[in-house]
Order: sequence, then structure tokens, then C-alpha cells
Amino acid sequence: MSILHTVNKSPFEKTALAACLNHITPDATILLFEDGVYGALQGSQIAAHMQQTLTTNKIYVLGADLKARGFDTDRLIPGMAVVEYDGFVELVAQHDKVQAWL
Amino acid sequence: MPIEVNGKMFETDEEGYLANINDWEPGVATVMSKEDDLELTDEHWDIINFLREYYEEYQIAPAVRVLTKAVGKKMGKDKGNSKYLYGLFPYGPAKQACRYAGLPKPTGCV
Amino acid sequence: MSEIVKQFLYLNRRAPYGTIYAWESLEVVLIGAAFDQVVSLAFLDDGVFQLTKQQDTTGIGMKNFSPTYAALGDYDVKKIFVERESLEERGLTIDDLQHLTWEDEDDDWAEKDSITVVSRAEMAALMDDADVIFSF
Repeated sequence: MSILHTVNKSPFEKTALAACLNHITPDATILLFEDGVYGALQGSQIAAHMQQTLTTNKIYVLGADLKARGFDTDRLIPGMAVVEYDGFVELVAQHDKVQAWL
Repeated sequence: MPIEVNGKMFETDEEGYLANINDWEPGVATVMSKEDDLELTDEHWDIINFLREYYEEYQIAPAVRVLTKAVGKKMGKDKGNSKYLYGLFPYGPAKQACRYAGLPKPTGCV
Repeated sequence: MSEIVKQFLYLNRRAPYGTIYAWESLEVVLIGAAFDQVVSLAFLDDGVFQLTKQQDTTGIGMKNFSPTYAALGDYDVKKIFVERESLEERGLTIDDLQHLTWEDEDDDWAEKDSITVVSRAEMAALMDDADVIFSF
């Protein structure tokens, strides 16, 4: 059963992303949105962990939330994929269920 | 209560401020000033346009003190004082002029 | 009678948009600045994200309030402190932040920098020195 994990909290303030990463299986997908997009930035203290996760799992970032916070896609850790709201909906449809890490 | 400007209706809030700043056109200021029995002169329009530019840049309506200082810098000390601004807008430059300019009530203005 | 002027420190620790804290803080600062207080602003932890350049909220349907930080100088808010460690932990540098200035009326409207980058230890000292801290 494939799961789409969504994270909408900043990894520097809440443990939602860390908890998510502790519970993903190889066929799981991660979507970062709202304050969760900060977890996708290059050069942060969690970037290495995210980079390592990218070798096993696909990670998507909601572009509108990234742009709202002042960041271009070139600030993302290489390998991150950007989607917009329609892509968000498609991801939900493609997976058997959604686990929202609130 | 909505106001009518050139045959078009504009939504306002309970204090008479325009509901949507993007709806604004100069006729809004003209209609609002007529209701206050005030004739808008070039000097009034200078302030109204200044407020619109300020909002465009900073996304807020300035407090009276800030408006006074900014007008003084841009248009000279003789205009950057409350006597001059209250002379133009007797109900208060921030409240009355902001309303004519389609801006929300200034932050901190009670 | 001489009034004692209190030092107010607004401590901002939250990112914009995800929660309402950042905007609420800014509104309180603007209201408070009308009362001639000595006001300092501090940005640490996720609060540093409030000051990033080029925020564009058209895609998320929220008001972009980042241009309002540039008005703080007009409100006589001249002391803005940003914590270096908080920037570094998030992969940011000072160049990612808006260049905020205030104009010195007594110096022919010369533009002066408002932001000072401070260490965590200096931030702790700022908190110690303040009479009142408002936390957001």
C-alpha cells in the first residue's frame, strides 16, 4: 500500500518532518507544503538528512508556498520535485492513502 | 452601505471605507467628499495620490505621524505639519484622506 | 515630572503565512510605535524567514505583508536584530533578507541600516537589557 506523507510544519520548529522521515517505507512519497517547504532548502542543518532520503524516496514541494516565502526553485536541494495544487491533487489520487503529519 | 460612482456601485464597510482597495477610481474620492460637503482641490489630490502610492509600496495606510513626516519630506516642510493636513481634511488626514483614497483605516487608528 | 522610557523588545520566532503570529506582531509594532516608545525588533529561530526578499503570495491567496517591514523606518523603528545562528541553521545569509533602512531627518534624510546581525549570546543579552519583551 503506497502512502503519500504530507508535512506542513517547519522542521526547525516542530518534529512533524522528523517523525515522518522515521516512518516512511521505500514506496512512500513525501509532499512538503505551507511551512513544510522550509525543509527542502539547501544548506540547512537538516539538508543532509533530506538528501539521504531523496536516494530512497521521492519528495515533492508545493511551488506556490515556496514562492510565497521568497524562494526560487534553485534554492531547493537537487532532486526535489516541484508541484502546484493540481499536482498535489494528482499525488493524492495516485496513492492508496494520505498520512498528514500535522 | 454601497456608494454609487458614475453609475457603478462600490461596497463599503460600516465606517464608509471601501471594501476592496482595488475597486478604487478617482470618482470614489469625489463622491465621498461631496457627502462631506468638501470640494477637492489639487492640494487634496496630492495627499490622496500620495496615500495610494504609500499603500502600493508598503501595503499599509500610514499613521498620521508617519504621513505628516513623509509629506514633509516629499512636498516640503510647509505641508508636512498637522495644521496644513487638518486644514485640508478636517475629520483627520489619516481617517478622511485614507477613506477617499480607498485605503483601509490606518493601523493603530481607533 | 520625567517619565521613565521603557525599552520594548518584540521577539519574533515564527515563519510568516503558516501561522498568524508574524502579521500580528507587525501590527502590534506599528500600533505601539505610535506611542513614542523605544522599540527594538528581534528575529530568531523561524522568525528570520519573515524578512526574506521576493515573497510572492499570489499563488496562495494571502496578503503579502513583507513590503510593510520596509515602512518600519517611517515608524521610527531603527533597531532590528537578526540572529546569525538562526540564519545559518536554515541555510540563509543576510543577503537573503530585505535591506531595511531608516532615514535620519537630522542628517539630511541619510539612509541608515536598521538590521544588525547578532550572535546567540548577544541576543540573550538584548533580552536581558529589555524592560519588556513581547513574544510572537
